[in-house]
Amino acid sequence: MTAILGMLETGHLVRLSAVDLAIVIFYFALVLGIGFYLKRFAKTGEDFFLAGREMTAWVAGLAFVSANLGSLELLGWAGNAYQYGILAAHWYWIGAIPAMVFLGLVMMPFYYISKTHSVPGYLQLRYGSAASGLSAVTFAIMTILMSGVNMYAMAVVMKVVLGWDINFSMWVSSLTVGVYVAAGGLFSAIFNEVLQFFLIWFGALLIPILGLYETGGWKGMVARIQQNFPGQDFTHMWGPMHSFSSNPMGIHWTGIVFGLAAVQSMGYWTTDFLVVQRVLSAKDIRSAKMAPIIGSFFKMAVPLIVILPGLLGLAVLPMHLVPGSQVQPGQHSYDEVLPLMLVRYCGPGLLGLGVTALVAGFMAGMAGNVSAFATVWTYDIYRPFIKKNAPDQHYVAMGRWCTIIGLFVSIGTAYLAMKFASLMDYVQALFGFFIAPLFGTVLLGMLWKRVTKAAGFLGLLAGTLTSITLFFLMKSSPHWVAIFALSPEAKGLAQAMYQSLWSCTTCVVITILVTLVTKPRPDEELRGLVYSLTDVAKEEHASLFHKPVFWGTAALAALVILQIIFR
Amino acid sequence: MSEKHNIIPVWFFVGVLFLVYGVLIFGSGLAEWSHPPNTVLADLHAPVWWGALLIVLGVVYCGAFRPRQ
Repeated sequence: MTAILGMLETGHLVRLSAVDLAIVIFYFALVLGIGFYLKRFAKTGEDFFLAGREMTAWVAGLAFVSANLGSLELLGWAGNAYQYGILAAHWYWIGAIPAMVFLGLVMMPFYYISKTHSVPGYLQLRYGSAASGLSAVTFAIMTILMSGVNMYAMAVVMKVVLGWDINFSMWVSSLTVGVYVAAGGLFSAIFNEVLQFFLIWFGALLIPILGLYETGGWKGMVARIQQNFPGQDFTHMWGPMHSFSSNPMGIHWTGIVFGLAAVQSMGYWTTDFLVVQRVLSAKDIRSAKMAPIIGSFFKMAVPLIVILPGLLGLAVLPMHLVPGSQVQPGQHSYDEVLPLMLVRYCGPGLLGLGVTALVAGFMAGMAGNVSAFATVWTYDIYRPFIKKNAPDQHYVAMGRWCTIIGLFVSIGTAYLAMKFASLMDYVQALFGFFIAPLFGTVLLGMLWKRVTKAAGFLGLLAGTLTSITLFFLMKSSPHWVAIFALSPEAKGLAQAMYQSLWSCTTCVVITILVTLVTKPRPDEELRGLVYSLTDVAKEEHASLFHKPVFWGTAALAALVILQIIFR
Repeated sequence: MSEKHNIIPVWFFVGVLFLVYGVLIFGSGLAEWSHPPNTVLADLHAPVWWGALLIVLGVVYCGAFRPRQ
């Protein structure tokens, strides 16, 4: 976030021509038009909150990956690629693909067969109100705060890149999102995420194409990087991770494998309701299994438009970029590498396309947050705790109203973030507190019928408290970093990975211990919720190419090949 | 995509987006052909071929997924 704020000092990078403005304005008109068109179809609760559960595997899969592909992430990870090199690709490969395949093949059958509307909804069925309530309240608060923080960060980026007034950016984009989500619910959010997916690809793909043409291919790029930054390795993924001090991230390979891949990414991709909601909207169980696997192939390709531009920036930009906290007049921060590359290659028209892709990315992220918030608030907090047994139309109306109210709360958070910059860092840290323990709780609940209600709640609570404690301890002293992140040289990203590992471990251990001393639920109450008590339809009659397990295996094989190529 | 509700497929809207943007970018590329902007590799005239690609994709998507009765 400091890097984002640092961008305010540099003055705006881009001047939009008339054709660029036409491209931006057409996008706003199209998304509003789609929202109003879809309003007539979003009549019931299932329509509004889960898009009628009608989405095909391709639509659900593209929306699944697109909900995660926000512009702040694009800008931030391109900046990380400039700063750390191809190491940043771990968060797109080993830090995503196994988790997405696992979600599709192992967890989606339980989410889908249970007919739950949300992840807290699954916890309600499996563990009861305490675990569900804890998860729902924390998710709702976290999501709406993240929406506000992202909204402010977007407004800052628009000011830096385009010179737009911060208030103008925040209000125009958030009101547009509010209108189309309140109108069409998850239908609108998903439609626009699919649009955003294509926009981002076609807006950003020219950068690596023209960049590799300019450098004479990958080898030419690597040679230029070595010339500009002698003695530094930016293009190997595993070689520099044999010790904490042998790479600029301060990460050991155990943190990547056990912290990022096994826990942090599993926690995010399998339990974050914002992305899981897209898969829950699938039309049948096969589509629900295939959607994350389809998404995994596109996620695997994203480094082409995010990591590669960062690497190309190292090779071709005439200036060296600096950390956001150290930007002086005339300098640019790491996070500006993507807009700088856009401006380098794209004139009128293409620039508008690239800028619209960034704006679309921000708006889709906001839409994802408010639609997920509306669902969790209405079905997991309002209906069970405040007003039970109301007619379906009442909950649809509540969903529309809390979309608008949630948006205004987000705007309020954005203004708070404007006043208190450190708020942004803490809100992002919030996210990390809940996700890893939630993964432990959900996974144990799905795979082991013995886990009791009390164990589910206490394990989740213990894991969350562990995560919060470790965060503040490691922030207070390098002594604690050396203990919990295994080295005093471990930096922020590495610390977060070990924090996830220990909090998930605590959650699992406490869950198991409490389970052993408490009474299990009868089998009849757990049918459709647990592996051993659920009939998942087998696919013996489907051809090989129609089986999700085939495509999941193909995705994992492609992942291994990429690791070997870029080792 | 949506048999129950008979919604126009999202791919049709993707096609509309491609078509409109393709025309704008292709046209912009032609207009600046003899005076390209001050960008790196401007002599490749990327807006022309990228805009043409978007138009082709737009026609394909709009045609394949156009609303039917």
